[in-house]
Amino acid sequence: MASVTFEQATRTYSGAERPAVDHLDLSIADGEFVVLVGPSGCGKTTSLRMIAGLETVDSGSIRIGDRDVTDDDPKDRDVAMVFQNYALYPHMTVAQNMGFALKIAKLSKAEIRERLLDAARVLDLEPYLDRKPKELSGGQRQRVAMGRAIVRRPQVFLMDEPLSNLDAKLRVQTRNQIAGLQRRLGTTTVYVTHDQVEAMTMGDRVAVLRDGVLQQCAPPRELYRDPTNVFVAEFIGSPAMNLFALPVVGNTARLGDWPIPVPREIADSANELVVGVRPEHLEIGAAGVEMQIDVVEELGADAYLYGRIALPDNVFSHTIVVRADGRDPPTRGGRVRLRPQSEHLHFFGIDGRRLA
Amino acid sequence: MGIAERAIKPSIIGAAVWYAALTVIAWCALFPILWAISGSLKSEGEVTLPILFPAHPRWSNYREVFELMPFWRMFFNSVFYAGCICVGQVFFCSLAGYAFARLRFRGRDTLFVLYLGTLMVPLTVTVIPQFILMRIAGLTDTPWAMIVPGLFGSAFGTYLMRQFFRTIPAELEEAAILDGCSPWQIYWRVLLPHAMPAVMVLAVLTWVNVWNDFLWPLLMIQRNSIATLTLGLVRMQGEYVARWPVLMAASILILLPLLVVYVIAQRAFIRGIAVTGLGG
Repeated sequence: MASVTFEQATRTYSGAERPAVDHLDLSIADGEFVVLVGPSGCGKTTSLRMIAGLETVDSGSIRIGDRDVTDDDPKDRDVAMVFQNYALYPHMTVAQNMGFALKIAKLSKAEIRERLLDAARVLDLEPYLDRKPKELSGGQRQRVAMGRAIVRRPQVFLMDEPLSNLDAKLRVQTRNQIAGLQRRLGTTTVYVTHDQVEAMTMGDRVAVLRDGVLQQCAPPRELYRDPTNVFVAEFIGSPAMNLFALPVVGNTARLGDWPIPVPREIADSANELVVGVRPEHLEIGAAGVEMQIDVVEELGADAYLYGRIALPDNVFSHTIVVRADGRDPPTRGGRVRLRPQSEHLHFFGIDGRRLA
Repeated sequence: MGIAERAIKPSIIGAAVWYAALTVIAWCALFPILWAISGSLKSEGEVTLPILFPAHPRWSNYREVFELMPFWRMFFNSVFYAGCICVGQVFFCSLAGYAFARLRFRGRDTLFVLYLGTLMVPLTVTVIPQFILMRIAGLTDTPWAMIVPGLFGSAFGTYLMRQFFRTIPAELEEAAILDGCSPWQIYWRVLLPHAMPAVMVLAVLTWVNVWNDFLWPLLMIQRNSIATLTLGLVRMQGEYVARWPVLMAASILILLPLLVVYVIAQRAFIRGIAVTGLGG
């Protein structure tokens, strides 16, 4: 097992205007589970493929452990990858698929068999060893792809959206299995997903990328509590954080008719700022900004109210989302008053960067 | 007439017309073969008469084929040549197809178009230069003359294999790279086994082509001991010009192995045609 380090790693595809991955600096500790997350085209898969050696690094370097692998062949990097579509060899059985890398590495038959059975046991694949991939369900194929990586006992696991082809229920189940398996094996893992719930629940740390640039890499809770900019604030959390661009007058920004106190050091430096508050940090009660409810999304334990902030004379301003108790949520078309919890407010500059 | 009936009726008529047309086409394709089978069982007196079922089928015509030409020798030669060329075609066309589909190098697509352009050149144009080359190499009237020219692939076969390799997801190859495969191992252990449907199509088409080839063996081969069946058929015709029933019996015997090959490979062949996008 080993650490993985990006040092100013950059990849630009020919013909592209900007790099797919732009001066990426990221250190992943030995045994750590790091999730790369971001919208399509943010460079997360390219970063993963750069570790694997499937993409060339145009500038900067990549280290696995103490070794600079920037120019090494993929096969010399001792990494195993789980692909989004699993990439199982269709003409081989499950056992052959899993043992293929070991066969190529010329391990003895006994050794291959032992490792294969170990992995099959861990992944409940023993009954399927003689089947071809096309005879397996999606979940089983996914496990074979995992098994193929495990038998290698590599220094690093690379996973490229391995759950995206599974149905919702199986995805949750497999998500927990993968996280549990990684903790048990202790193998350094880099995991790519566009699903922020997956990112938050699986990773020791989550790296958020946008347009090839790393925005923030932090443990999930920190990412949620202290997003470094508006993009991270909006991307992490579901439903997304409410963000309001508001003018600052004195030490106050007004959301509708409700004053939001702005810390002095922030108020002194900005005439306008972006105030962020998560749907779960708005209290419904007698006082606060008034909201016109357009949609009520009932999820059982919770309900989410989607609507607009109501100003006097029936004028509406910003859209807003708020979490309500699922037992007795307000109804659509009604109005409620919301009070942002001042200890959970986020302040960002107009350029999007977190203030203070 | 109800709406439902009106909806059904044209579809029945349409289907009937369609099947009638298909029956006519199938009959046109099959009739010459039936006629040849019928002819092979007739006496020399009957052969020109418009009868499909001779009153007394003469199975002895088939026995005579074996007496009049070294059938088994020529059969072996044809199988040997077709087998060698099939192996060569599959090997070289799949290698070239893999390169054109997957490897990245400067001028790849231009080279491919140029190579594909050779399909436009008819065989008759190149047959004389090829003949001269063979004579210079001293290979005329040897088995090599039959095998060497077809051994190293063809534009068509390369095109076929390239089309197939292009449909294989890149991840499969990348998985093999990460599993430690060299380019050769990727080709041999992962892509080629996966390309079996296309390989079958290429093999069957090549086999049929070599089996039926007449012009090239005619130019190259003098000795009966290394001649092909098609050549044997023609030589029989030269010496026994009037013996149509025996000639037809020989034709049917030459056709049979092709039918066997096709029946065995039929399912894989049709699947291959579908996946390589060669179908209509």
